[in-house]
Amino acid sequence: MLLTVSGLASHYGRIQALYQADFAVGAGELVALVGANGAGKTTLMRTLSGVMPASAGTIQFDGAEITRTTPARRVRLGISQVPEGRKLFGPMTVEENLRLGAHTRPAAELRETLAEQYELFPALAERRHQPAGTLSGGQQQMVAIARALMARPRLLLLDEPSMGLAPNLVDETFETIRRLCAAGTTIFLVEQNAFKALAIADRAYVLETGRTVLDGTGSELLAHERVKQAYLGL
Amino acid sequence: MTAALLQYLISGVTIGAIYALVGLGFSIIYNASKVINFAQGEFVMIGGMAAVFLVADGLPMVAALPLAVLLAVLVGIGLERVAIAPARGASVVTLIIITIGASILLRGTAQLVWDRNFHTLPGIGGGMPIEVLGATILPQAVLVICATMAIVAALFWFFKATRTGQAMLATSYDPTAALLVGIDTRRVLTLAFALAGGLGAIAGILITPIGMTYAGVGVMLGLKGFSAAMVGGLGSPMGAIAGGLVVGIAEALTAGYLSSAYKDAVAFVIILLVLVTRPSGLFGRRDGISL
Ligand SMILES: Nc1ncnc2c1ncn2[C@@H]1O[C@H](COP(=O)(O)OP(=O)(O)OP(=O)(O)O)[C@@H](O)[C@H]1O
Ligand SMILES: [Mg+2]
Repeated sequence: MLLTVSGLASHYGRIQALYQADFAVGAGELVALVGANGAGKTTLMRTLSGVMPASAGTIQFDGAEITRTTPARRVRLGISQVPEGRKLFGPMTVEENLRLGAHTRPAAELRETLAEQYELFPALAERRHQPAGTLSGGQQQMVAIARALMARPRLLLLDEPSMGLAPNLVDETFETIRRLCAAGTTIFLVEQNAFKALAIADRAYVLETGRTVLDGTGSELLAHERVKQAYLGL
Repeated sequence: MTAALLQYLISGVTIGAIYALVGLGFSIIYNASKVINFAQGEFVMIGGMAAVFLVADGLPMVAALPLAVLLAVLVGIGLERVAIAPARGASVVTLIIITIGASILLRGTAQLVWDRNFHTLPGIGGGMPIEVLGATILPQAVLVICATMAIVAALFWFFKATRTGQAMLATSYDPTAALLVGIDTRRVLTLAFALAGGLGAIAGILITPIGMTYAGVGVMLGLKGFSAAMVGGLGSPMGAIAGGLVVGIAEALTAGYLSSAYKDAVAFVIILLVLVTRPSGLFGRRDGISL
């Protein structure tokens, strides 16, 4: 497994938001984690990237334990995150945002990685000198994904990429994610939009009040009674 | 009449340039950490005093001035490493109080290590004023203005065109996102203190031939630099420069047309006016300041 998480817990001060996350992501897989509002999905993602400390449990990446390593080190090891709400550097241009995504990479490969992103998202090429904060929601999501890809991640973490997007853009975003996975990037996707996430996932987990409570293939979970009731409104 | 006005403008722009350099230091540290570093004025003092005493020890200017700047840079780094970094996670107000404590400590140390007297440095051009349209300007004032412009240009280039500068800028816009792209934001903070130390010291060295220096010189210069940064919009480099010029020119005009007794009050009146009418400053970001 590329990523193995066991017994992971995390606190905001004295408030515990993540109790027991157990899951694994294999190389080349697209794994989804679904959960309701406030289940602890973002907390999990922040702990995986190291911007929030783990209070218990372990994170293993590519055979090495990284539970206590710095966020910068994790990016260098190959873990990139597209955070919830995109978190672009709004006043900076699209291209500056992308270049910052490659902060941990040698300058020599910048030209090539930039060209890759503009090929993947042609709409960004036209707006490369525009401040990222002035783009539409869908385009900002593209910048967020492209910025994360600039680090050439082996594992891409996506926190609610469909949030705040119009329905047609949601489909387009999930299509992009599918394509990225097919092109070889391992993906761990966290979503409230359970139906869409389970539909594209190879495997998936359900997170409830800070605990992973169910797992299975995407289609297994789509057919699971509890999932249908709680997350799909069926 | 116009000659007098021109004279006031010249001295306003000169001192305004100094305030701008000090204000830039405030903004750079604020951007990296949301901390208002009230030891910024002490960097100005260290620059001037170290230069004076190194020159008195027989060092040539070309060696003494860079060493004085280096000393302030090291003090800046030390302040961040020893006092700010260990208090990470403390509230911003706590950090600000730490910087006030540090400024008192630095001032006291300077009195012990150096002395309590006023000192000056020889200015360039032998202090002979140059005549312009009926007004006069000291060669040292020309140097202050040119050096400030060069430093500002270099800073803008640094923030726009270098990886490290862009990383510092990104950290100011969103520290979490900066961590997520792999920026070592702790290093950014250290660098901000180093940069602010250097800028302060350069300001202190530049102004010493015109305004003298002593162990307590940083108190007023620090406050004026803070006013410059506040007037321009804390965190905006362009704002710090504009703010410095506004404060400097207003001071010079007040001293010229009213009385120099009111000079120091001007900066604070301007701060109040700006805060009441435009709380985020002339160039401030809309999120403004948050303490
Ligand atoms: N900064 C914070 N301080 C204290 N508690 C927090 C903080 N952020 C989140 N929480 C709490 O932690 C729990 C998990 O929040 P989290 O943001 O991880 O949920 P989520 O699954 O991402 O939700 P959403 O679907 O709304 O994004 C929630 O109960 C939330 O109230
Ligand atoms: Mg969330």
